[in-house]
Amino acid sequence: MPGKRLVLYGERAFGALTLGFALLVLVLIGGMVYYLIQGAAPALAEFGWRFLVSRRWDAVHEVFGALPFIYGTIASSLLALVLAVPLGVGAAVYLAELAPPWIRTPLSFMIELLAAVPSVVYGLWGLFVMAPWLRAVVEPWLERHLGFLPLFRGPAFGVGILAAGVVLAIMILPTISSVSREVMLAVPDSQREAMLALGATRWETTWKVVIPYGRSGIIGAVILGLGRALGETMAATMVIGNSLNMSLSLFHPANTMASIIVNEFAEAVTRLHTAALIEIAFILFLVTLILNVLARLLVWRVARGPRGLRRE
Amino acid sequence: MAQSLTVENLNAWYGDKQALYEINLHVLPAKITGIIGPSGCGKSTFIRCLNRLHEVVRGARVSGRVLLNGQDIYAPRADPVLLRQRIGMVFQKPNPFPTMSIFENVAAGPRLQGVRGAALHEVVERSLVQAGLWEEVRDRLSQSGASLSGGQQQRLCIARALAVNPEVLLMDEPCSALDPASTLRIEELMGSLKEHYTIVIVTHNMQQASRVADYTAFFLEGRLIEYGPTAELFTRPQDPRTESYITGRFG
Amino acid sequence: MSHYWRRRLLNYLLLGLCVACTAVAVFPLLSILFYVAVRGFQALSPEFFTQMPRPVGEPGGGMANAVAGTFIMVGLAALLGLPVGIMAGIYLAEYGRGRLADVIRFMTDVFTGVPSVVIGVFIYTVVVTRMGSFSALAGGLALSLIIIPLVTRTTEELLRMVPYTLREASLALGATKARTIVSVVLRSAAGGVVTGVMLAIARAAGETAPLLFTALSSRHWSLALREPMASLPVYIYTYAISPFRDWQVQAWGAALVLLLTVLGLNLVARAVTRSRYRY
Repeated sequence: MPGKRLVLYGERAFGALTLGFALLVLVLIGGMVYYLIQGAAPALAEFGWRFLVSRRWDAVHEVFGALPFIYGTIASSLLALVLAVPLGVGAAVYLAELAPPWIRTPLSFMIELLAAVPSVVYGLWGLFVMAPWLRAVVEPWLERHLGFLPLFRGPAFGVGILAAGVVLAIMILPTISSVSREVMLAVPDSQREAMLALGATRWETTWKVVIPYGRSGIIGAVILGLGRALGETMAATMVIGNSLNMSLSLFHPANTMASIIVNEFAEAVTRLHTAALIEIAFILFLVTLILNVLARLLVWRVARGPRGLRRE
Repeated sequence: MAQSLTVENLNAWYGDKQALYEINLHVLPAKITGIIGPSGCGKSTFIRCLNRLHEVVRGARVSGRVLLNGQDIYAPRADPVLLRQRIGMVFQKPNPFPTMSIFENVAAGPRLQGVRGAALHEVVERSLVQAGLWEEVRDRLSQSGASLSGGQQQRLCIARALAVNPEVLLMDEPCSALDPASTLRIEELMGSLKEHYTIVIVTHNMQQASRVADYTAFFLEGRLIEYGPTAELFTRPQDPRTESYITGRFG
Repeated sequence: MSHYWRRRLLNYLLLGLCVACTAVAVFPLLSILFYVAVRGFQALSPEFFTQMPRPVGEPGGGMANAVAGTFIMVGLAALLGLPVGIMAGIYLAEYGRGRLADVIRFMTDVFTGVPSVVIGVFIYTVVVTRMGSFSALAGGLALSLIIIPLVTRTTEELLRMVPYTLREASLALGATKARTIVSVVLRSAAGGVVTGVMLAIARAAGETAPLLFTALSSRHWSLALREPMASLPVYIYTYAISPFRDWQVQAWGAALVLLLTVLGLNLVARAVTRSRYRY
């Protein structure tokens, strides 16, 4: 019966086809690793580990060290975390524990819309609305009150690490708050009731039971946010001021790893310059890859519940 | 000090759905009062009204009065948080806090009230002894509460409730998730606790009610059908519906 | 009693703080919507969609080429990315068992976290250097890499929501597995898959970084796939950081168009899901 055999072949072919497309995902990741390493090879050979610790980035003399951009990335991302974690978790507590449904749904929706706004629109807003406000209001205030710290000293430019940190904070807030909210909603009510029945207030119940129960999921949310902040490109590029110098002051213009690529990649003429930029892209890829793996593992763990309390 | 509870004209709702109708009941101090009835008869809702946990559920509502030693717990100025320190609760499924150690589970309540140091250790030990768990866990107080067996977890939850030094102990089908041996331990435990605490226990199991309860109330479809000394209710029920329930004709 | 009052105060204080956090979290969105709407509206006119960009100093003009470019490249990305994403999603939901499927699933999740600038650099090294020039094709490819992991995961999740009994019914009628998947499972999940596709396309439409070193940009009207092509996000970027006031104003206009497109796609997608999967 040739007809039947044909159907069988079709059947096999379809399954194989889907597998082929699924494998493409692995091929793409593998391809990224391969081509990025290949592209970065000249810089890897020339500078080795010095690339990570040298502060000299000089396209004319072809000497490249990525330290200022690594610093800019870490400083702006950490600042973003410092701002976004309390805000995001606080908002998640309100949305998961306190808000009545008729407030919860539209507010959660609005916060999720924040995640849909294109990065370049954040950059535009950051450049023309937020940065002038930072220069005129926030930075003078910080210098007056916290100027004894080197972080808050120096002329107020508006654009700089502080501006990048604030924009990144706004951009990772939805990630942190919506993942934390999901995690808190997954905490069984029996846990809350047990604490309330002991005479705990709503806050005590949240702080001592709900948040610890969802702890690893919330940490996962934070790492996910960190991954986004490190790799976030356009908004950071537009508000960080693009300076090749390194300064401790948060008011000072700087560059992130992503922003230096945007600024110089299309104009890089020498092989070594291009390779150095590709190496930066590769480092960025590796770091975000590791953070993402870590975050997903943590979030997955919470979805299964803490050890020893799996329900039948 | 064990206290009495007087329930007057209690009604309860989940959203638009009424779960309890005009309940009137007097719970005697230092006695065990059993609440029986088929699934969905409102017995769990009832017990959750006694420590104002019902109102925590979204859309839930209560009317009527519940007097704890003469004071209405639903009075406008009454504070549910303070109330729950006086009325402890044990739930259907053991629900220890999985992120806390055995010690911390029991210490959670007293800690809220600011008990610290030696006094805290004393309270934890006393509560674990009362719950009959001390001998089994004294050497591993720092292990996770979730590492215990089901029956031990439930006794841990009882110790946790006792540690706040309540006057009334509410138990919502505390043995429904346990094996017979653990059930027996908890029933024995209730007998020893009743000198100090007023106990209200919801149970699905009529034998359990007849074994442990001094007084029994029978609920059906959100209404209190009959209430009296356990022996009387089981041997000479006044209401035909009670009779058909205890003789196993429904539920 | 004073201890208890402290606890009560702390309770209200911290819960109040959480409310404040929520307000602060929502505020930037309102501010962005407000500024983009007001400034963008002032900059927009029908010319925006019909005219070409003018040289610096000449007022007026539009971004017809960028609007067309965005459409073409996002369309190209959808053409390349959707089949891959949907088929890979089918594999994960229907065929994938064991370690290999877990690895693919996990890597797909990780893929969504790859910074978009890295995708741009990757396509540059693979496509642009080989073709010898920036091109719309490279831009579309880069955007398709944004779409693939998103579509794969949503397709998988939605297919898993289709009840097993439906599959059994079809198999019992003698349909083969492939046939069942295509004509029963995929069809009943179609609404959700369309939602996922729309969200992925919205995401791709707003991306800038993957286009910068792939499609680059262009100041001319060009529909050729082998040549550089303009796009709205790249225009917003270059106009915003330019020193010219006219250009900055136009950047706001372009931002309004882009934001309306992206948020519009999001709203429609969510409305579709909500009416279909309300539980």
